Amino acid sequence: MNDTYDIRGAESHIEVHKFRAGAIIGTLLLVLFLQAFLPLYVPKAEILDLPLLITVYFGLSRRNPSTGLLLGMAIGLAQDSLSGPTVPLGLYGIAKTLIGYLASSIGARLDTEHPAARFALTAVFFTAHQGLVNLTRRILLGQPEPWFNMHLLIGALVNALVAVFFFMLLDRLRKS
Amino acid sequence: MVALPSRHRSLILLAGVVLLQVLLLAVQIKRDSQGRLIRVWTVGAVSPFQRAGTYGVDRVRGTWRHYFALQNTTRDNEELRRENDALKLQITQLESKAAEADRLALLLNFRKLHMDVPMLGARVIGASAGTATETIDIDRGERDGIKRNMGVITPDGVVGKVIEAYPNTSQVLLLTDKDSGVGAMLADSRVQSPVGGTGEPLLYMKYVPNDDSVDNGQRVVTSGMDRIFPRDLPVGTIVDIKPGNPFKQIRVRPAANLERLEEVIVLLTLHPLELRTESEAASPQTPVASKTDKATAAKP
Repeated sequence: MNDTYDIRGAESHIEVHKFRAGAIIGTLLLVLFLQAFLPLYVPKAEILDLPLLITVYFGLSRRNPSTGLLLGMAIGLAQDSLSGPTVPLGLYGIAKTLIGYLASSIGARLDTEHPAARFALTAVFFTAHQGLVNLTRRILLGQPEPWFNMHLLIGALVNALVAVFFFMLLDRLRKS
Repeated sequence: MVALPSRHRSLILLAGVVLLQVLLLAVQIKRDSQGRLIRVWTVGAVSPFQRAGTYGVDRVRGTWRHYFALQNTTRDNEELRRENDALKLQITQLESKAAEADRLALLLNFRKLHMDVPMLGARVIGASAGTATETIDIDRGERDGIKRNMGVITPDGVVGKVIEAYPNTSQVLLLTDKDSGVGAMLADSRVQSPVGGTGEPLLYMKYVPNDDSVDNGQRVVTSGMDRIFPRDLPVGTIVDIKPGNPFKQIRVRPAANLERLEEVIVLLTLHPLELRTESEAASPQTPVASKTDKATAAKP
């Protein structure tokens, strides 16, 4: 099997990337560990949503909506599990399922390799993700939250900036 | 049979997966079920890395403190010797003040009144995996005698309560979480009101009528009414008061540094903590279990 291949014909040159064996599972475990570990020593790191970043990254890279949404679901449910019983299973799961689907759908139509595109897309996906979490809380759990605050804006920008460098690191996991 | 286009297949899969999770949410709300099996698997998979990470960071810190940070020791020693004489004088003064401070220390008072409350020291090995909740993970679990709803404190004050106990680790809901709360009262006037979290660093004191006199800087302590924490443990200090309708809007800074927790103490009892008088407390008691004698403390 080819490591990369054109999914839209020779004109668009949109490639689907494959990863080294175990790269996705290894990255997922590492990211979940870092998400729960970093804030202990750097409290401000709480603003990062690393599980969301890898959902977006693998969605944009794999460009297969089915894979993207299933990966998003797995990451989201794992994050729900680690967030304690006050967070019901499915809260992050639903949001990341949809983000995984959207990321891989957009990845199949646009070239998302440029850092500027990655920055913009991550900021949009972060905002959409928080919106979906709030929507789920509001409709299914009866826990209304404000739709917008400064924390959300800062979170979107910080996560987008981190994503640009984080994605460059993850690019090294691709099969050459 | 007509084959579905790929785009439609993924849409159907998306709808199915989202619907399944919505049903999962609904089941949890309806039955108050927490999907414990999935959580146990996930926590079991991640907690070894958390333990290893905490151990690694501690080792690196230790190496730094005991070796690299000593490179300037000679120069520092000369400066320290000069300061030493001045400090000796200050120490003498401070020792006399320390005796007075001991009488006032709330932690000491707590220990005197609750010598029979078994406690267990635990190390913090993780924090919440998302922004929707304020929790920490500790390296002690059911095998150490920890159960849900046990109180968690530090020498500075209340931290929160255990919301889930796994075999080797536990999750603690911090006071700052939106769903958290503790029975509290003003230390001076003894006006009672629960204190809860808002998801932000400051706590919120909920039901103090506008008629009651409250000042910034007043201490808030536990009232014991929640039957989790004994009375008079420090909760925090009032930092902001605004009139509200019908209750004042009071913001409280937590006494314990909840953003930088490294070690905590778990109160190993689910029985309401009875208050005893000073005279009772003065009589001989069972020793308090500490983190150094965990095995003893773990026994009910």
